[in-house]
Amino acid sequence: MVSRTSARTAEVGLTRGQVRERRRLRLGPLSGLSHVALVVWTVLVVVPIVWTFLASVKSEDEIFGSAWSLPATPRWDNWARAWDQAHVGRYMLNSVVVVSLGTAGTMLFGAMAAYVLARYRFRGNRAVYLLFVSGLAFPVYLALTPLFFVVRNMGNLPLIGPLIGLDSYGGLVLVYIAYSLPFTVFFLSAFFRTLPQAVAEAAFVDGASHSRVFFQIMLPLARPGIVSITIFNVLGQWNQYQIPLVLLSGQAKDKWVLTQGIADISTAAGYDADWAALFAALSMAILPMLIVYTIFQRQIQAGLTAGALK
Amino acid sequence: MSNGTKPPFFMNRTAFTRARFIIGFLAVPVLLYLVYVISPYAQAFSIAMTDWRGVNAEPGFVGAANFRRLLDDNVFWTAVRHNGLLLVLMPLGTLVIALFFAFLLNAGGPRGVSGVRGARFYRVVFFFPQVLAVAIVAVLFQQVFRPDESGMLNAPLMALGLEPVGFLSDPGVAFWSILGVLIWQAVGFYVVLFSAGMASIPRDLYEAAQIDGATRGRLFFRVTLPLLWDTVQVGWIYLGIAALDVFAIVWVMTAEHGGPDHSTTVMAAEIYRNAFQYFKFGYASAMGVVLFFFTVAFAVVALRLSRRERVEF
Repeated sequence: MVSRTSARTAEVGLTRGQVRERRRLRLGPLSGLSHVALVVWTVLVVVPIVWTFLASVKSEDEIFGSAWSLPATPRWDNWARAWDQAHVGRYMLNSVVVVSLGTAGTMLFGAMAAYVLARYRFRGNRAVYLLFVSGLAFPVYLALTPLFFVVRNMGNLPLIGPLIGLDSYGGLVLVYIAYSLPFTVFFLSAFFRTLPQAVAEAAFVDGASHSRVFFQIMLPLARPGIVSITIFNVLGQWNQYQIPLVLLSGQAKDKWVLTQGIADISTAAGYDADWAALFAALSMAILPMLIVYTIFQRQIQAGLTAGALK
Repeated sequence: MSNGTKPPFFMNRTAFTRARFIIGFLAVPVLLYLVYVISPYAQAFSIAMTDWRGVNAEPGFVGAANFRRLLDDNVFWTAVRHNGLLLVLMPLGTLVIALFFAFLLNAGGPRGVSGVRGARFYRVVFFFPQVLAVAIVAVLFQQVFRPDESGMLNAPLMALGLEPVGFLSDPGVAFWSILGVLIWQAVGFYVVLFSAGMASIPRDLYEAAQIDGATRGRLFFRVTLPLLWDTVQVGWIYLGIAALDVFAIVWVMTAEHGGPDHSTTVMAAEIYRNAFQYFKFGYASAMGVVLFFFTVAFAVVALRLSRRERVEF
């Protein structure tokens, strides 16, 4: 207490600038140290990634030599081998197909369910909402075995079976949608609840149908929330590994997604592995994320943290 | 909108179209959710009571035998212990580091209450690992951790004449390597999250505390942390869920998928191994059921602990 009062009286009679100067002196050395700490973490984040990019253009001998040596001449043929022979191009295309369909479906069905649950009162509303939200707490792997058999049995359905069974894009897409629904419904229904009722009322008076009000008025109003949760779902589904590992077997390598393909190059690799191509494949997986992130980093940060701030 | 005093929906045309709309919009999402999420969880309980082995075999009822066997399964309990450790250490490490950096970024500037120069740049860089797939990060660090001079971390150690560290091959070290990678990837997200929280704390509070002679440390513990406590708790729950969910990093990065010698294995890896490598579907489901109750317990504890009074500002 004593020192605090004396510190205060000491500042009486000084100009504003002098007070600032004093504070600066008191906190000064720390701000130098804070930069050191921040730079250290920046190095920890950046160096492994830059190192991977460098290794992707090294020769096999250089990779097995000293880790910090630079490539004598850049070997871009590593990238060509990874793209063709290690099928990274194929895997990336598969990921794009599955994630596009998965996210589109998640957003459509998630927004529909969230809207009805948020803005219509009916018997069972609360129960359905809780059913969806309870899915937030449980990891996918708890029910992995039955999930595998559910998808396998779907494959036995007449006509549509082959499209949604094991080793199919459709099966994976439907599972992605189902497991993305809890968070999407949770987040979007909170969002729909905050939208004003007046515009919708006016539209109803003008004779607009329920679904017209949803698609033409409420959905555009909910745009900021939709954008955030779309980013969240795109990244979540793009990065998924365990579900494709279970649903797309080794017999359907042509349908594998990127995470699965790259992990396989690494785990299945024996002594005769093409390590240079592995680094190139890794770089190819990182590069698009780096570009997309550099362009949309503000939206991505907002999208991913939005759920935690609600 | 409607309430109990209105006639039942079939009496009235607008109520009928309203009900048709509600059912129409809910039908597909609820159906998908029931088929792919709820029904597997429900089936897990019945499959757990069978001796089902092999994709084409017929399951036979064995009651609680799988659960009795689980009690003596050392590997399973090792996995549970690892998840328990992660549940404590991963949030702790991530939150402490993230709070430290967020505070430096927001209040580490020369005048004490302002951000450091380049705060935006640091936030952008720190966040980047978060957008990478865990499986990709696992392959990346597998290379970083190589046990000889071709490894990014061992090369400088060996250049200094030190023994190389078996980051992934030494059973005493491997688990800590996993923890390190998990924290490496998670920190940036929480730096951004806490920065947003800190930015909403009124400047006057810091100024006032400073005029009272508060040091930076006191500012952090007396002003920032109490006002940020809600966000920290949310972070704790998120990280707790993530710690129970760990799979790809262990399955892809470590030797023998959870090795060496089970030193890094986790619950998700054991379920996957038993179900899809040993094809012991009944046994794997029994593991899932036990872990289901662990997760429920975690959720209950997390909700209880987070019911702390808010500080209004």
